[in-house]
Amino acid sequence: MAGEVQQDVYSVGNVDYSIKIGGEAGQGIQTVGDALSRVFARAGYHVFTHQDYESRVRGGHNFYQVRVSDKAVSASRSKIDILVAFDKESIELHAAELSDQGKIIYDADALKQKHEGLHYLDIPFTALASEHGGSSIMANTVATGAVLGMLGMEMDIFLHIIRETFHKKGEEIIRQNTATALAGYDVAVKQCISCSFSAPERSEPKMLIAGVDAVGLGAVASGCKFYAAYPMTPSTGIMNYLAGKEQEYGIVLEQAEDEIAAINMTIGASFAGVRAMTASSGGGFALMVEGLSLAGMTETPVVIGLAQRPGPATGLPTRTEQGELQFLISAGHGEFPRVIFAPGDPEQAVHLTHRAFDLAEKYQIPAFIVFDQYLGDAQWTYRELDLKKLVNVDYRLRADVLKDVSVYKRYAYAENGVSPLAVPGDSKHLVVADSDEHDEEGHIIEDAETRNRMVLKRLHQKIPHIRQEIMPPLRYGAETPDVVLIGWGSTYGIMKEAVDLLSDTRAAAMLHFSELWPFPGINGFDYISFIKNAGKVICVEQNATGQFARLMKAETGLEMTSGIYRFDGRPFTVEDLLGEIHACLG
Amino acid sequence: MPVLDDYKGQTPAWCPGCGNFSILKTFKDAVVELGFEPHQLMVVSGIGQAAKFPHYMKCNTFNGLHGRALPVATGIRLANHGLIVAAVAGDGDCYGEGGNHLVHAMRRNVNVKLFVHNNQVYGLTKGQASPTTSEGTVTKNQPLGVFSEQLNPMALAVALDCSFVARGFSGDQKHLKSLVQEAFNHKGFSLVDILQPCVSFNKVNTHEWYRQRVYHMEAGHDPTDRVKAFERALEWGNRIPLGVIYKNNRPVFEERFPMLQESVLVRQSLDPGKLAGILKEFY
Repeated sequence: MAGEVQQDVYSVGNVDYSIKIGGEAGQGIQTVGDALSRVFARAGYHVFTHQDYESRVRGGHNFYQVRVSDKAVSASRSKIDILVAFDKESIELHAAELSDQGKIIYDADALKQKHEGLHYLDIPFTALASEHGGSSIMANTVATGAVLGMLGMEMDIFLHIIRETFHKKGEEIIRQNTATALAGYDVAVKQCISCSFSAPERSEPKMLIAGVDAVGLGAVASGCKFYAAYPMTPSTGIMNYLAGKEQEYGIVLEQAEDEIAAINMTIGASFAGVRAMTASSGGGFALMVEGLSLAGMTETPVVIGLAQRPGPATGLPTRTEQGELQFLISAGHGEFPRVIFAPGDPEQAVHLTHRAFDLAEKYQIPAFIVFDQYLGDAQWTYRELDLKKLVNVDYRLRADVLKDVSVYKRYAYAENGVSPLAVPGDSKHLVVADSDEHDEEGHIIEDAETRNRMVLKRLHQKIPHIRQEIMPPLRYGAETPDVVLIGWGSTYGIMKEAVDLLSDTRAAAMLHFSELWPFPGINGFDYISFIKNAGKVICVEQNATGQFARLMKAETGLEMTSGIYRFDGRPFTVEDLLGEIHACLG
Repeated sequence: MPVLDDYKGQTPAWCPGCGNFSILKTFKDAVVELGFEPHQLMVVSGIGQAAKFPHYMKCNTFNGLHGRALPVATGIRLANHGLIVAAVAGDGDCYGEGGNHLVHAMRRNVNVKLFVHNNQVYGLTKGQASPTTSEGTVTKNQPLGVFSEQLNPMALAVALDCSFVARGFSGDQKHLKSLVQEAFNHKGFSLVDILQPCVSFNKVNTHEWYRQRVYHMEAGHDPTDRVKAFERALEWGNRIPLGVIYKNNRPVFEERFPMLQESVLVRQSLDPGKLAGILKEFY
């Protein structure tokens, strides 16, 4: 597998390949994509994956894209080096994306069509699976082996993964899968004579983690004990992750009858004294808004995950958008404080979920972790994540402290607005919460004076303290840039790569906001001057109206010079974004 | 032992003559006799006249949103099944706005005691039809009369195999007290529908109207016979049965969670040492 790698302008490392696996839902695209990305991560390579799928269980057209490199990668590229085509449509739709040295591998028998030319490689996935594994089901294993063969990678890691995956199914299944994997590998090695791929140098294994799993991991590490939700794409992954952890970590997980029940159960559990979370998407979160306001009024700590997808209404259920920012900031009837975090990658998702749990309990408010389908499904690699930094502070008053308390009032006035949060039943003290305006004890009131004092306590006295917790945006790139890209949440990775490429020719930087609300102040980093000093300021968002740009203007008075707004439900690729940026720069 | 005075709450803001007063008094008597200390008891409610109930008690209280008492109560029980959890709601609150939650609370069989003050009308919003208002009743908002059929909560509950289904009457305190106590002593989700007059807005189903129709079911009624119970649940009109219509001993929801076997969730905290291996699956 020797040969010079043709480097194109967008490659960041010596080795930077994009592999796209396309086909119908149910053909095992995810199996192949997961296996390849896991092999690459274990080999120590940097990996980025993203998925594009339709709202159906069988049929349609889906793809899984894996980028593998010896340098850090944080977004997908448009150019494909290897296209694994499980159906005709994959070839029709994606052949044009092929790089100069790119190859399409497909099964001419299965697709009932033969393609000629250097770019095509006919590998009989199904026939090899039947021959070596005794079943056409293992066609995926053949395809995975074939891609590894084309890249000239060693097979040890994949064979080990096969053993791990099938160890419960017995030696015979392991043997069959091993044989089919090797058959795919051998055919590719023999036939891919014109391939110029070369695998990167192996190093220490990396972990590969998706955004939804990172949010779930952050919840477990925060001591989350209760999770109630109603399944809704793309938020369901959090529930899937936590369901796998409920026994080991003692988490009670309940699939509620609807999102209204989910948030009310979460509030109930939190009121009773445990850290609790719910999550949803679009319309599901819209149903939670009534309960959100209840959490605000009763000052019950809750963490809410919001995995955005394109709306309005059902929109594009399996695709991506950043369309809920303005909704989220003002969701809920009445006025109450909240914090909103929007991680840019899975590592940030772990830490910000932990911060959401901490601040929700510290200030007795709802805290949001907002992301989208793109970040939720995207996988990133890290050498490791340092979970030791995640220290959990218990802000509740429990039996040991309550026994020495003489008078307890749930909503006692306090200078910082934060009243003592006692666990009901832990002492003789009664804990009373009310969705009506209430007095210090929690009972219904109507008088103006108490109302005023409670609004001050709940809202105005807390907000300055909450605001101090919010970190400024992350700056990446030039210190005195002439062009700044501004974004929030899931566009972190793509903006970062764009800045790297722009930096070859000009002073470029990114400002990434992951702590959105309360809107960050300039203590520690005067990002307002930083923006003002740049000539071009481009806001990059996955929505139609530039919601963050409007928020920035409302909160700071700053206006961006241009905006790149994508709202087709698909994420930016590196090439897409650079093209748009160059158009803005003129 | 608790005494009645321990439960002395705020002064009720109900209309004079409201059936809620006798329900409140009966409830307090029942829990005092059961020996419940106020701090051991959690009363959850939504919004409506009945939902003001916990403020007139003196115990742990979560007075949440209209229709949403049951999911909050479910969350509380899962977080701390050591608490005695009751939910108090009205017919609009529970059978209308919160209908879906009621259905699923019965399915789950969470050990929450639900007391529905059923006066067959909306009180707080002043006289609109509720799900239990009889068909044809004319109100300010239903000037042509109610078109929908009256909801039968007892039949609904028996159909859903609700663990404990009973009906009481605010005008029969002695009997109601025994029902409240039986509900608390039962293991599993318990629905006690309490018929009560609304002196301000229901001029049809008055105290007298109920008094003439209600009767105590004979000792021979077997509440474990679901088919017989369903027949009894369908009785309405000239004769309305009071008492335990149906009960079963289905497993309680909270007891199905292995992580709740050893201790209540609220006493379990994360051991940071357990996180050591959590990243392993990502390599």
